[in-house]
Amino acid sequence: MYDVIILGSGPAGLTAGIYSVRAGYKTLIVAGTKWGGQLMLTTLVENFPGFVEGIQGPELMMNMRKQVERLGVEFLNTDFEQADFSSRPFKIKAEGKIHETKSVIVATGADSLWLNIPGEMQLRGKGVSTCAVCDAFFFRDKNTVVVGGGDSAMEEALVLAKVAKTVTIVHRRDGFRASEAMQKRVFSEPKIKVLWNKAVTKYMGSDHVTGVGLKDLKTGKEEEFATDGVFIAIGHKPNTDKLKGIELDAKGYIVKKEIKEKGLMKYRSATSVPGVFVGGDVHDYRYKQAITASAFGCMAALDVDKWMEENEKSS
Amino acid sequence: MAEVKVTDDTFDSEVVKSDIPVLVDFWAVWCGPCQMQNPILEEVAKEFEGKVKIAKLNVDENPKTAAKYGIMSIPTLMLFKGGTSVKQMIGVQSKETLAGEFKKVVN
Repeated sequence: MYDVIILGSGPAGLTAGIYSVRAGYKTLIVAGTKWGGQLMLTTLVENFPGFVEGIQGPELMMNMRKQVERLGVEFLNTDFEQADFSSRPFKIKAEGKIHETKSVIVATGADSLWLNIPGEMQLRGKGVSTCAVCDAFFFRDKNTVVVGGGDSAMEEALVLAKVAKTVTIVHRRDGFRASEAMQKRVFSEPKIKVLWNKAVTKYMGSDHVTGVGLKDLKTGKEEEFATDGVFIAIGHKPNTDKLKGIELDAKGYIVKKEIKEKGLMKYRSATSVPGVFVGGDVHDYRYKQAITASAFGCMAALDVDKWMEENEKSS
Repeated sequence: MAEVKVTDDTFDSEVVKSDIPVLVDFWAVWCGPCQMQNPILEEVAKEFEGKVKIAKLNVDENPKTAAKYGIMSIPTLMLFKGGTSVKQMIGVQSKETLAGEFKKVVN
């Protein structure tokens, strides 16, 4: 029996681990196959305080993990199959085994969305990718397309511009929602061109990508566009599929239930299930930063500490 | 250590001519998901010690082999038996998936 099981190992989950184990709780982090979360797909992180010259995203996460391991948190390097919150102790099933715990912190984050159009599954890794940092290397002097209009689309385009012959951003609207700073960098990069008001409708190519089908959303006109690679950066979806017995909103994010006592905030990270707390992108579609995820993880662990003192002290 | 480092020069002797099945991990230092794969590989390597060889090929330093096998995304994991590729897996793979594939090729 664990005191705390943390689902997820991005900044939220790992920070929660630090606070939980330092408070003396027997803690397990179910890190998942894709441990480290979205920062593992980034390059230089310049907005995490404490690193004068910035730090590479994967390096930041590896450091966080080593720190948490050193403090004595147990790790499971597999994805859990199901988290059952319908009765206490809570039951987390992983590798066919049931792990019981008095409390849970859900920090499962969010995964990249795919376009879900014909050809996508077959061509993944054959020119279709969600990680320019990983795969730009294979597109030296080639033509590439980036789909999306947020910060991650801008980053993908900028990474590709360093090696590819051309980078074309395809976006559904007539303006980006990315930050001003990122847009400025994109617009000042001569290799990057933008196609506005266009959607990708299909992939072309059998054993590797040769092009995409584009539809103009204003005129309805369809055309084919030759490219060697397509990088998808159209947003994320919260990882809540395997959680049972917890309230989600219409988009699948965990619903937070702030609990007050005598007019003062008591639990800021509570969910619909007492004893289950939440941190990071799995409930946060507004801030989505490494530092806010870390902070949410910290709050969740402090809330768990308070909740354990009131509810599980005798055991 | 159950993992071996292979290069363009040693690929033939270490992988193609290996007596036991070999899982080749095409990776690079700048690839975060490749780092995700590492703790999982270490665990399966231990479990299949002596039965399946785990070989790591840095695509940055060994572009010839990566190009030969049409690698366009990393991590890519390729399982070789008797010198031929029997399975190609793109993206980070779970311990269960790898163990399942290993069981199919181990006698």
